[in-house]
Amino acid sequence: MKRHLLSAADLTREDAEQVLTTAEEMRSLADRPIKKLPALRGRTVVNLFFEDSTRTRISFEAAAKRLSADVINFAAKGSSLSKGESLKDTALTLEAMGADAVVVRHGASGAPHRLAHSGWVRSSVVNAGDGTHEHPTQALLDAFTLWRHLGSLDGRRVAIVGDVLHSRVARSNALLLQTLGAEVTLVAPPTLLPVGIDTWGVQTSYDLDAVLPKTDAVMMLRVQRERMQGGFFPTAREYSRRYGLDARRMATLLDHAIVMHPGPMVRGMEISADVADSARSVIVEQVTNGVAVRMAVLYLLLSGSDSTTDPTTTTTEENDA
Amino acid sequence: MTGYLIKNVSVLGAEPTDLVLHDGVISAESVPGLAEVDGTGLVALPGLVDLHTHLREPGREDAETVESGTRAAALGGFTAVHAMANTDPVADTAGVVEQVWRLGREAGYCDVYPVGAVTVGLAGERLAELGAMADSAARVRIFSDDGKCVSDAVLMRRALEYVKAFDGVVAQHAQEPRLTENAQMNEGDLSGRLGLAGWPAVAEEAIIARDCLLAAHVGSRLHVCHVSTAGSVEIVRDAKRKGWNVTAEACPHHLLLTDELAATYDPIYKVNPPLRTAADTEALRAGLADGTIDVVATDHAPHPHEDKDCEWAAAAFGMLGLETALSIVQATMVDPGLLDWAGVAERMSYAPARIGRVAGHGRPIEEGAPANVVLYDPAARRTIEAAESASLSRNTPYAGMELPGRVIATFLRGKATVLDGKLQ
Repeated sequence: MKRHLLSAADLTREDAEQVLTTAEEMRSLADRPIKKLPALRGRTVVNLFFEDSTRTRISFEAAAKRLSADVINFAAKGSSLSKGESLKDTALTLEAMGADAVVVRHGASGAPHRLAHSGWVRSSVVNAGDGTHEHPTQALLDAFTLWRHLGSLDGRRVAIVGDVLHSRVARSNALLLQTLGAEVTLVAPPTLLPVGIDTWGVQTSYDLDAVLPKTDAVMMLRVQRERMQGGFFPTAREYSRRYGLDARRMATLLDHAIVMHPGPMVRGMEISADVADSARSVIVEQVTNGVAVRMAVLYLLLSGSDSTTDPTTTTTEENDA
Repeated sequence: MTGYLIKNVSVLGAEPTDLVLHDGVISAESVPGLAEVDGTGLVALPGLVDLHTHLREPGREDAETVESGTRAAALGGFTAVHAMANTDPVADTAGVVEQVWRLGREAGYCDVYPVGAVTVGLAGERLAELGAMADSAARVRIFSDDGKCVSDAVLMRRALEYVKAFDGVVAQHAQEPRLTENAQMNEGDLSGRLGLAGWPAVAEEAIIARDCLLAAHVGSRLHVCHVSTAGSVEIVRDAKRKGWNVTAEACPHHLLLTDELAATYDPIYKVNPPLRTAADTEALRAGLADGTIDVVATDHAPHPHEDKDCEWAAAAFGMLGLETALSIVQATMVDPGLLDWAGVAERMSYAPARIGRVAGHGRPIEEGAPANVVLYDPAARRTIEAAESASLSRNTPYAGMELPGRVIATFLRGKATVLDGKLQ
């Protein structure tokens, strides 16, 4: 793996498979009485969050702590966009505190890229979601969830439905799932598909009903209500009727097909409550897998990709204790 | 010392000859006591005239001053620059434009012609006192809300009509505001992937088309700032074919650089209008070659370091341009054979002086003309160093790039502002 994880495009198929395999080992830890490994003892992971995202932050925090890393949570409310401390000064501060990895969530697309490539910090940078760009660990946890349910993703059909235009989850998944051999279809009203999407290598459709019977997994994206002010669609009701996943639509899925959502959900908007809580839904499992995948990412970035050591069997005085 | 004898210099690429600058004008015969300059291998061009310069004074003297900006201009071969109105306070009164004009005279590196704002405070609501600015000592003839578009069609129509009274011209920053809310880069294949909000070509082209129609309807002159798309070139070409009084400019960075650079997320490449595609740069070069685009203008836009040393969305739009303009025109137009040196003189001196109604600049190098002359070495190569700029700012997108050509000397009315490549 590269030193930073900024985009799902940074991952070769080999890299991605290594993350998934490692995540599987990490996940098996959950069944052990003591869930902690000493792998990153003495290393410092900073969660640098310029946007509120409790679920992503606690997922990274749990991942780092289970690897025995020291965790500093830095909620930097005043990004330079709001004329507070600049991204650069925040980065220099973290560098001075000796961070080994910086997990960054930022409202500006490319902010983690700037952090990694401007010479401000020497640590590894993990993109935990930047603007409307990418969210690579979300794509990895989605791929991991798909892999656990469907096996190899080669030739598997995944539909990603909703606000693709503003979705970092859609961008990272479109890249990563294709790297892993899946066929991706992005489903949205035409106003919520970006210009140039024909160069992404994915299929696109405006018709959810036509796509659902042919997919192995359907991933529903959150639709923010503020998009309505932008006039991307006429009303929430119309959106829901055309692109929401309800029980009627779910019934058209193949028997083995699963329903995913990166959260947080808007129940009744893009997904109905009975679908979200159905047996096909793997939404809660995605959260569990998120911790395992982020453990794998932090472990691989900070221990070096050439390490062949099995993280779950390294000397474990804590386990012995 | 009363002048210069430039030996063996090629005027606009013609056979080498001697050129005499004496008592502020170009003279036919040498007189004793002139300082000799070896012109071997150099091209003599008329002093360059920039229609689009941000000097930032008053208000942002941390980014640029009239003095520092005109020093950079002289190093780039310019003898006249038009200072854009988006200062603080805005150049929307006779008082502000006279102040900028006077600062230019005091600095003495090149003539400064202030551009007046079209609307009060660039707010796009009501006309500024255009007549007062035209009648002031600064003799304003170009009016622009540059940085903002005069998007209201009625206001634009009135401005186009009103400036006819004093032979003015409205220079439009063509950007449909609703189509470009929060826009960060060219809307295309890359913007979607990078997750940066797109600035679509149609937002520029729709305004240019509308303004051409308005200018034709009321019989006014229109100048289009920083044309950046192939579609805009086509619209201007069509307007000219119809005989409408429309002129247009292109910027060096739009001739050379493309939107692929945004993939670095380095806001040194963030500019408005944005860098476009390779096909657009090709269309701009073709338009500049065939005269559809009348002028190369720099849109020199200095910004302090902290406004570029940040994430893309937080960064300011704009890049330096005065000291590199001629080299980029050589690289993109002259070296590929699209424009000869006479063509460069037309696009960078004669035409901008005509559009700005600037007397004393943009005159052919011939006896009796004011001695505004640039000596340029097209065989030189140089690697651009941001720290070497005479500008107070460092936001050049060309740092580290090797560009052809170097300005050896600039003469303003016979006085050297640059000699041996150094400011005097």
